[in-house]
Amino acid sequence: MANTHTAEPTRRDFLYIATGAAGAVGAASLAWPFIAQMNPDASALALASLEVDVSAIKPGQIVTVKWRGKPVFIRNRTPEEIEAARKVPLGELKDPQTDEARVQKGRDNWLIVVGVCTHLGCVPLGGVGQRGEYNGWFCPCHGSSYDTSGRIRKGPAPYNLPVPSVQFLSDKVVKIG
Amino acid sequence: MQGHSTYTPNNGFTRWLERRLPIISMAHGQAVAFPVPKNLNYFWTFGAILMVMLVCQLLTGIVLVMHYTPHTSLAFASVEHIMRDVNWGWLLRYMHANGASMFFIAVYIHMFRGFYYGSYKEPREVLWILGVLIFLVMMATAFMGYVLPWGQMSFWGATVITNLFSAFPFVGEPIVTWLWGGFSVDNPTLNRFFSLHYLLPFVIVGIVILHIWALHVVGQNNPAGVEVKSMQQDTVPFTPYATLKDAFAVVCFLIVFAWFLFYVPNFMGHPDNYIEANPMVTPAHIVPEWYFLPFYAILRAIPSKLGGVLCMFGAIAVMFIVPWLDTSRVKSGAYRPLFKQFFWVFAIVCVGLGYLGSLPAEGTYVLWARVLTAYYFLHFLVILPVLGLIETPKPLPASISEAVLGKAGAAAAHKA
Amino acid sequence: MNIHPRIARSPIAGALRAVAVAAGLALLSGTAIAAEEGAAVHHPEITAQKWSFAGPFGRFDKGQLQRGYKVYKNVCANCHSMKYVAFRNLSDEGGPGFTEEQVKAIAAEYKVTDGPNDDGEMFQRPARPSDRFPSPFPNEQAARVANGNALPPDLSLMGKARAAHRGFPGFVFDIFTQYQESGPDYVYSLLTGYTDAPHGQECASGLNYNKAFLAGACIAMAKPIEDGVVDYTDGTPATVENYARDVSAFLMWTAEPKLEDRKRTGFKVMAFLIVFAGLLWFTKRKIWADVAH
Repeated sequence: MANTHTAEPTRRDFLYIATGAAGAVGAASLAWPFIAQMNPDASALALASLEVDVSAIKPGQIVTVKWRGKPVFIRNRTPEEIEAARKVPLGELKDPQTDEARVQKGRDNWLIVVGVCTHLGCVPLGGVGQRGEYNGWFCPCHGSSYDTSGRIRKGPAPYNLPVPSVQFLSDKVVKIG
Repeated sequence: MQGHSTYTPNNGFTRWLERRLPIISMAHGQAVAFPVPKNLNYFWTFGAILMVMLVCQLLTGIVLVMHYTPHTSLAFASVEHIMRDVNWGWLLRYMHANGASMFFIAVYIHMFRGFYYGSYKEPREVLWILGVLIFLVMMATAFMGYVLPWGQMSFWGATVITNLFSAFPFVGEPIVTWLWGGFSVDNPTLNRFFSLHYLLPFVIVGIVILHIWALHVVGQNNPAGVEVKSMQQDTVPFTPYATLKDAFAVVCFLIVFAWFLFYVPNFMGHPDNYIEANPMVTPAHIVPEWYFLPFYAILRAIPSKLGGVLCMFGAIAVMFIVPWLDTSRVKSGAYRPLFKQFFWVFAIVCVGLGYLGSLPAEGTYVLWARVLTAYYFLHFLVILPVLGLIETPKPLPASISEAVLGKAGAAAAHKA
Repeated sequence: MNIHPRIARSPIAGALRAVAVAAGLALLSGTAIAAEEGAAVHHPEITAQKWSFAGPFGRFDKGQLQRGYKVYKNVCANCHSMKYVAFRNLSDEGGPGFTEEQVKAIAAEYKVTDGPNDDGEMFQRPARPSDRFPSPFPNEQAARVANGNALPPDLSLMGKARAAHRGFPGFVFDIFTQYQESGPDYVYSLLTGYTDAPHGQECASGLNYNKAFLAGACIAMAKPIEDGVVDYTDGTPATVENYARDVSAFLMWTAEPKLEDRKRTGFKVMAFLIVFAGLLWFTKRKIWADVAH
């Protein structure tokens, strides 16, 4: 054939590229199980939601439950605490969010937040007399203060305490997650 | 054997690095320019296959440890957790379990390649001894790994094998108690086996580095068994020639591996190991993993306890001195007509011992195990030395290139 | 060929050869020896069945697994635990295919122990999908005392924990035929293997003759199923054979819940490796084309 000389290198190059590409695809596919195995396994995912009976929590009281290995604060807020949270102008907040957006409609007294400081992951204090200058939570690690809506008001933490997905199954039982 | 390394650093950084740590030129010399005899057949790809299997075992093992719990009350359940809950856990565990078997298949082919082509002969004695050492550490590692799932076979295998040491007079019992860390195989035993099973693979990596170092000093043996005379005519550079050939062989081997892994993952295992360890009940028929069976048959063939243990260890120890037992100056079995026949008899005897090791030690099986055990040692201690003295080898080719051209010439003549 | 006269002339080589031949013969005849047969020796009778999950493209039959679960729940679970399987597994992909709602309802029928509660007491609550199947007995001793001192084994792994002995050369062929169903074959044979004891093998009271049982002729478990003891609602005849087959399949699934995933992944991996090997073969040939070897 007349064109053997020009066709030959292209065909060879194509073979080399195809082989190299197949090897790369194979190696990448093989790597995936080794990476994915570190993700939460099926038994951990199955525990992703938690149902809590809140009927025994008195107004003003904070109860801590464990959800996905982390503390979750369930706070039965007094009317004064709700009012204190709602009268703050949004402009004063570091991470502006209304109190209404952080609770379930019609269940304004129940504040449920993940109890992990958004600064570096410590658990803020919420005992009586330890709640900091905004009467919410106070993180002892680096002095972040949260208000009665769990919003960051002072200190190095950048964001409000996160609100998990919450659903009231009845007046007594709340499902977290 | 120093290769035709042609590496020269070609930019500022590599020149800077070269003066401080000549790692690139070393890698180039060992993995690119390293001269490979051009007449190697596919049996010479098993070194690369073994490297791949070693890395596979290391990676899957490290990952399995992230989910495994070395405690008698949790070990079995944690393995089931891996199989059922962990993402891809079934794949990783079956890879590790079947990978061990594939590792041994490859190592046995590699060893028999060495036996057939006389790869242990001068100047490759140290290379061979390091190889036998790797084999020995591999066996210890595999044995301890088999204990970790804490099934019935794990437990009773551990009990029987550790009890081998009780055969030694006076020191035997204290040694066994020391190995166990108690008065039976129990949690302390499991914990130390786990620790050592994690440690020994890295010891293997260390010896493998020495093994490859020794290989790269003396160069590869080859099917003709004559040493490289002219780098130009007898060898090709490792990359791309050997690299691509090895890669092809590795992928073919992986196809076999994948067959076991995905379609018959429990073929190499034993059903009793899916029953949690029970120190009060021994399974009716206990057998070790298949790769130990020839040695297990030798152990059971000998009627005395100490004798059996000594013979079993002797069966491995004798391999260390093979370079001096084989008196023939011709390396390759291809040029040794008598040796070739005895080689195949020996290979069949080894398979036969393996088969007998899987059968119950009763009646005529014991007798045959004794005959084959005797032959095993006869092969090393009598046949190999004597053959070298009485055999007339075929004429050797003058060089590798002559062997290659001779073959090509013969093929051409045959066609014509 | 000048080697033959050489061998004949050398008495030592001749002797070595004789030993080799003798060993070879010994080996051949060794493989042919069968275990000595005695009149009262029990040979487990295990018959291979057809399974939908056998072979490279095998898949579980969801209807069969659901029926098998029903047999397990109504019959086996009265004595046998299944502690490695969780309710949530019943809705996993590659399993019996119950919906999540069905699984919640199934779990709620069981009680599990939880706690301690705020008063420091353990308490019983309905099971959730994330719980594992509760065991029928609190511990081994309780299980034994309720079962004539025999311990009903856990069933989670039964599909892989028992196997019929495969002699030579059958076990070699098993690699190529991908025979991995020894466990369910055994469970099926056992459940259908209750017959009258042959003469000379009568069992002591409290034990039952079973022609498939691996550990001797007499098994402590009495015949667990009779025709009609479990209601089938999908039209499958309610016979002992069907119960046995369905529950065997179910136990294979509990032992190897990722079987479908494994075989499906295996097909992709095999296809890839074969193509990749082909590419490497041609690349290697190209590279070696100009070297005599």
